[in-house]
Amino acid sequence: MYKLIASVSKSLLLARWKQTLVAAIGVTFSITMFITLLSFMAGLNDLLDGLIINHTAHVRLYKEIKPAQKQPINQSQQYKQDYNFVSSIKPKRERLEIQNNAAILKALQNDDRVLGIAPKLTAQIFYNVGAIDLTGVINGIDIEEENRLFFFNENVTEGNYLDLKNIPNSIILGKGVAQKMLANMGDVIRVTTSKGERVQLKVVGFFELGLQDVDNVQSYASIATTQKLLGVSNNYITDIQVKLKNIEIAPQLAKEYQQLFEVDAIDIQTANSQFETGSSIRTLISYTVGITLLIVAGFGIYNILNMMIYEKMDAIAILKATGFSGSDVHHIFITIALSIGIFGGLLGLIFGLGLSSIIDQIPFNTAALPTVKTYPINYNPKFYFIGIVFSIITTYLAGYLPSRKASKIDPVIIIRGK
Amino acid sequence: MTKQIILETHNISKYFHEPLTVQVLKDINVSINKGEFVSIVGKSGCGKSTLLYILSTMDTDFEGELFIDQMSMKGKSEAELARVRNEQIGFVFQFHYLLNEFSVLKNVMLPGLKLNKYTKEEVEHRAIEKLKILGIEHLALKSANHISGGEKQRVAIARALINDPNIIMGDEPTGNLDKKNGELVFHIFEELTKEFNQTLLMVTHDEGFAKRTDRVIEMEDGKIINIDQYT
Ligand SMILES: Nc1ncnc2c1ncn2[C@@H]1O[C@H](COP(=O)(O)OP(=O)(O)OP(=O)(O)O)[C@@H](O)[C@H]1O
Ligand SMILES: [Mg+2]
Repeated sequence: MYKLIASVSKSLLLARWKQTLVAAIGVTFSITMFITLLSFMAGLNDLLDGLIINHTAHVRLYKEIKPAQKQPINQSQQYKQDYNFVSSIKPKRERLEIQNNAAILKALQNDDRVLGIAPKLTAQIFYNVGAIDLTGVINGIDIEEENRLFFFNENVTEGNYLDLKNIPNSIILGKGVAQKMLANMGDVIRVTTSKGERVQLKVVGFFELGLQDVDNVQSYASIATTQKLLGVSNNYITDIQVKLKNIEIAPQLAKEYQQLFEVDAIDIQTANSQFETGSSIRTLISYTVGITLLIVAGFGIYNILNMMIYEKMDAIAILKATGFSGSDVHHIFITIALSIGIFGGLLGLIFGLGLSSIIDQIPFNTAALPTVKTYPINYNPKFYFIGIVFSIITTYLAGYLPSRKASKIDPVIIIRGK
Repeated sequence: MTKQIILETHNISKYFHEPLTVQVLKDINVSINKGEFVSIVGKSGCGKSTLLYILSTMDTDFEGELFIDQMSMKGKSEAELARVRNEQIGFVFQFHYLLNEFSVLKNVMLPGLKLNKYTKEEVEHRAIEKLKILGIEHLALKSANHISGGEKQRVAIARALINDPNIIMGDEPTGNLDKKNGELVFHIFEELTKEFNQTLLMVTHDEGFAKRTDRVIEMEDGKIINIDQYT
């Protein structure tokens, strides 16, 4: 039975193939734009997320210097029932070190929610440029782990990141820092530690994250070099960066670790909430534009079907007179609408793929994003699936009313009207 | 041989409400037997077409009761009535109503495919048989809008025949044809009753044609005033 309806639909469709084509092109256009827009926006999101997520710990453990949360008086049994007012609390003199970090590292290593850990040590220093001192930060990192977990080498624009490990007293300078110091590869630069000691370090590379705040201030060295710089023991670290297997559980794990290890912990979501918002707004915009285009295409289909039904009144009357029911007629016109939707939609997917791969080839060079050479595109099959589903739904809705109208046509009125 | 009643009405009345309420059919009682060739005549505007639309189940807005093949059409759904038309009634209009998007053959086949009783090949075979009866099998593959008026009317008859209906109804099927083609089409109807015992009900303005049918129902002002038995 369905074959008959399909064949009648096909004939009606082909008899008006120009109009049908126009309707289909409307759908094709909107799906093309929809796919391209989403792929591009998602590519952009990935890029920006990548900027942050790939290079950032999912949970970072650190020690913050702040006044103790529990004051001794509150611990006392005697005053437990009372309200105790303690004013002018000051932080205790202590170091930024994570104490007992060997045990923490061990515990984390055995946690199977954890993908990997990289200890880190940050030190405030001054870069000496002639008579001027620039404030800066040196990150002492476990080079191999840092690279494995946070793709350190992606941001090293010049030099080999492994030299940090192989060459003693070496440093990779932030691009902005290097520019200010006029430092070249192989130069020896001088830094002053916060305790006033002057140290010489050899420049083995430059890195660029694309964030000015970072590139103008920070540099990288090995943990050992940094420890030496600070004059601390070889188990002194200030941060433990944890990468998880599942990023979603970061907030909950941060809380857990905070209690368990008695350190401060921050999760990536909390630390970078503004990026999340940006991503979701970009996605929202793409969907809105895509759906708007589809609705416009839907109206096109609606008009063309209405016109077709107006022209095909006679045909509908004959079909009904010879035994086709209202629902058969309804199905015929819905089939026409859906064929326009599926045909136009599939073509839209192909063009969308084509257009996005063209965009993918367009050079996009920006100082901020050294690893990116062309416009970013995300070829997620999900977009294609959503695209075709949307086009089918829109054409179905656009075809519904005209089809209903066609199914309600009274053959007697048409035949009399001749 | 007992007469088998194919179509019967009980007091059918029909009103139009716009612009004013007028009764266009008044207590119509007819019954048509299998194999009969019946014609309806009457002045223009007396309600012939209106009656035919009711008898063909396309118009359901009437009072009284309609029986097709002894079965009441009362309370049947739109889809059920469509099925009745498909299976039991063939219709030939004054203007040749063919689907221009299809070939002659496909036009004839469509109601057969809709009936879904035979395979596509069988329906095609049957359609060609019907076209042969009407002497137009050579037109089978032509597009429906590339044939003459007389040919179109014969295609419409072939289409009406495709499901071997109990009754074929025609609303002035010769009205829009010249003398020669009109005669040709009328002759086909006569053949169908004689050779295939086909029941026919036909509205006509042509006295000559009416006289050659088995029975003439004469209408005036929405009433049957005379039923003549010529044979
Ligand atoms: N939709 C309608 N609304 C109101 N009155 C109508 C409508 N259709 C037909 N009529 C009236 O009903 C009456 C019967 O019309 P009908 O078409 O049945 O006549 P007829 O006998 O077939 O005439 P003809 O021989 O000219 O075809 C006419 O007076 C006509 O004006
Ligand atoms: Mg009439």
